[in-house]
Amino acid sequence: MQEKVGNPPKDGDFKWVGTNAIRPDGVEKVTGQARYGADLNMAGQLTGLVLRSPHPHARIVKIDTSKAEALAGVKAIITSDDFEEQDPTLAAAGEMMVNYLDVSRNVIACDKVLYEGHALAAVAATSKSIAKKALKLIEVEYELLPHVIDPVEAMQADAPILHEDMITAGVNPPPEKPSNISKQMEFALGDIDKGFADADLIIEREFKTQPVHQGYIEPHACLANVTADNQAELWVTTQGHWIVRAHCARLLGWDISKVRVTSSEIGGGFGGKTVVYLEPLALALSKKSGRPVKMTMSREDTIRATGPTSGAVVKVKIGASKDGRITAGQADMIYQAGAFQGSPVAQGAMTAFAPYELDNVKVTGLDVVSNRPKVAAYRAPGAPISEYAVECVIDEIAGKLGIDPIDLRLKNAAKEGTQTAYGPKLGPIGMIETLEATQATEHYKTPLGPNQGRGVASGFWYNIGGQTTVMMALNEDGSFNLTIGTPDIGGLRASMALMAAEELGVDYKSIRPIIGDTQQLGYNFLTGGSRACFSSGMATVEAAREIIQEACSRAAKLWELPEEAVDYKDGWIRPAGDNAGAHEPISIAEIGRMAGKTGGAIIGNAKINAQGAAPSLGQHLVDVEVDPETGKVSVIRYTVIQDAGRAIHPAYVEGQYQGGAAQGIGWALNEEYIYGDDGKLQNASFLDYRIPVASDLPMIDTVIVEVPNPNHPYGVRGVGETAIVPPMGAIANAVADATGVRFSELPMSPPKVLKQLDLARAANDADLKM
Amino acid sequence: MVRVTLVGNLRQFADGISELEIEAATIKQLFARLSERFPALAPHLEDGMAVAIDGIIYQEALLQPISDNAEVHVLPAIPGG
Amino acid sequence: MKHHISFTLNGDPVEALCDTDQTLLDVLRDELDMTGTKEGCATGDCGACSVSVDGRLVCSCLMLGVEMNGKKVESIEGMADGDKLHPLQQKFLEHAALQCGICTPGVLIAAKSLLERNPDPTETEVRYWLAGNLCRCTGYDKIIRAVLATAADMRGA
Repeated sequence: MQEKVGNPPKDGDFKWVGTNAIRPDGVEKVTGQARYGADLNMAGQLTGLVLRSPHPHARIVKIDTSKAEALAGVKAIITSDDFEEQDPTLAAAGEMMVNYLDVSRNVIACDKVLYEGHALAAVAATSKSIAKKALKLIEVEYELLPHVIDPVEAMQADAPILHEDMITAGVNPPPEKPSNISKQMEFALGDIDKGFADADLIIEREFKTQPVHQGYIEPHACLANVTADNQAELWVTTQGHWIVRAHCARLLGWDISKVRVTSSEIGGGFGGKTVVYLEPLALALSKKSGRPVKMTMSREDTIRATGPTSGAVVKVKIGASKDGRITAGQADMIYQAGAFQGSPVAQGAMTAFAPYELDNVKVTGLDVVSNRPKVAAYRAPGAPISEYAVECVIDEIAGKLGIDPIDLRLKNAAKEGTQTAYGPKLGPIGMIETLEATQATEHYKTPLGPNQGRGVASGFWYNIGGQTTVMMALNEDGSFNLTIGTPDIGGLRASMALMAAEELGVDYKSIRPIIGDTQQLGYNFLTGGSRACFSSGMATVEAAREIIQEACSRAAKLWELPEEAVDYKDGWIRPAGDNAGAHEPISIAEIGRMAGKTGGAIIGNAKINAQGAAPSLGQHLVDVEVDPETGKVSVIRYTVIQDAGRAIHPAYVEGQYQGGAAQGIGWALNEEYIYGDDGKLQNASFLDYRIPVASDLPMIDTVIVEVPNPNHPYGVRGVGETAIVPPMGAIANAVADATGVRFSELPMSPPKVLKQLDLARAANDADLKM
Repeated sequence: MVRVTLVGNLRQFADGISELEIEAATIKQLFARLSERFPALAPHLEDGMAVAIDGIIYQEALLQPISDNAEVHVLPAIPGG
Repeated sequence: MKHHISFTLNGDPVEALCDTDQTLLDVLRDELDMTGTKEGCATGDCGACSVSVDGRLVCSCLMLGVEMNGKKVESIEGMADGDKLHPLQQKFLEHAALQCGICTPGVLIAAKSLLERNPDPTETEVRYWLAGNLCRCTGYDKIIRAVLATAADMRGA
């Protein structure tokens, strides 16, 4: 086993870090008192509703709101005329570069509607029923245009063009005519042709995946209140309230300081709540009507009109020597962006082969638009798709070479110093550790029954850091207030309090963590990118250390000793060195009590742009049983083995592993969008867009591996996203093991599986069998 | 001097060059020197590029120092979900 | 013309005015400010709006306010006894059986309903009973464990 590397400052036994403390926001959540996006009301509030396009592609000839405006109870109606014209060039919004013209056109259509469900007007009225009536009274004249849904069809020369100014970027010389391909890209390493020439075995396969929705159970919701002089308050369920602030201020042309955004508790995001939909509309309606405006999105609109992740076509070609060394890895991917450019194809391309140490890699990617909702991030955007395809081919190679699939991965595993295809060499990572831990599980050794199969797949995600501002205050009674800026999606406040308690050497329960609003803290980038525990944790530690430093300084002054002459340990300050024993130790609580008299409040302010986020590697091991008569694939056993760096709160780390696996199971076996020929979505409900339910899944066992991240004071690696990367590959490989048939299209739902099994049975075709 | 690799499509805007040596002590200087040498590259550097210095990826870190002889990669920024 | 309805909520008499087309969920959230019960879909597919009506587990989005006259409704706000949590609520915290927490009120109401009928359910029985409560965060593992652990405790106690 590779040695654990990295040396966080506190090795050995932790008192708080690594324990499963009860989360500080737990009681309010189990009693229904916690307030989410739709749970706040203000006196005099209006209900806002959105008018959405029934057509997948059309020019807006005219919008006549006069009849709707005349309806009693209607207080404001907005269209794109109520928003600032945006520049198409990219602008910085925190760490992202954003095309604000696309954002504003997506929030409210101008000139054209580009997908069924595209918003084109919004109404605020004194009741929901009046708002509904008002929507029906808005008269829109459309000039219908031909539509295209599938990305490969959208690339054809005769496909309907969505944007007349879309000239494919990344092509030299640039094309003369517009198309639906927004950009083309390539990442390469070494000499791919030589790599294939050196191979004893080459396997080439094409895979197809469908768009899937993040499926957060809480739909989008917000409450906006704007005064006549543009002092705006917004309550919203979001993964990033500073991002919401930036986007809304920009779209409305207001100063950022005028927009105060509070993040409610959030009922799931997974990347889907890193963008704005209702928020600019609610603010504009509130300004226009002079009243608070509450807007909630229905489930149907959430599925129909908000960004899922891309569907894709991915061709993978891998060459290997007969002893199992991969000599060449090639992938060509087409990712669908939805109605506006910006699929995660670059990340898919960069991560496709990332778990492996390869000399020769070539990955190309195309970003293609079509008449469906603009894609939004979904947990490790881009990577689950590309890594699924690669993991299937790796598995097939292992099978053909007669090598155990984990041994094959071990032979080619990326490790510290491996040159990645996307550029830099890797620091210490847990690929080998997690592979070895997988082989060591009891699951791996358990025999299988009839119609059962076992599959394994690896997953990689880089994780990010980013702008983080945290404030911590020592109260007069020795308790602590901790204000962080990254919304808590599932256990974050507990993890922050654990790290703070560890640093300060005080009781976990004496620390109260809250999520501050945009007025209360400096800029914070969003919760996403598996960054919150890493970045807010790093900042929390820094803030705690600042408090310790100041507390020591106060004690030293009280004792009339130089500052270096005191020590801090476990919440107590003592004179040190030659002065040891000269005074009774003083508690940090006592320092807190005396803070006012010794110079003022004792606070810690950390304002960082956290760097040094490190990748998390994981393996998923799954057993399935395939019913040969119905094609139903049942997941009968599942183990997630993933590197957390250091698990601050192990139960919530396990929760991330289990949740990512469950989403991946849905992606692999059932979730997809079903469009009619008319370009309209047919399954816009949880009944027909069916995500896994409790009876679909077994217990999901987890193994937390820890290869500490040397760049974080506690060795933390983000974990949330890697957990969704391996499931599709692992399940596809398990189904292949169970049936002898390789599936190259997701989802592997019963009708599709049955069809392939029937074909294989009937034809006994060598091409279909392993 | 630092060794810089332009990852992915960036070489298109650098006259086909993907690896070069350049004098830069911070990421800000790196971007400035690269933009001077390859004006077509300039808007893309603003385009949300991450920079890896000796294997550690930095995003939005203009003032990050780059030590002499470091290995630097300029690559597309990494988002999250 | 609005309807005047009166029913019992968590043991207390309540009254409200509602439109014909307002569901029990709408009445709870919009007329009575009881926002613990959540809307995840409004079509009875997700279970986030689960409540008990006359002892029966239902999706409150599938019942109308006007049907409630004289009925006994129990929502998440009535599950704890003052500041004393119900054993299920306590176990959910101990087992980390919630992440974002949006599905939690509905799951707790559903689980309580199960244990009232069947104090010794198997894992499969718990999974099928809770199949009407969607969770996107947890993969259900810790939820099932928490329910089974509570059942065992309540039998032992």
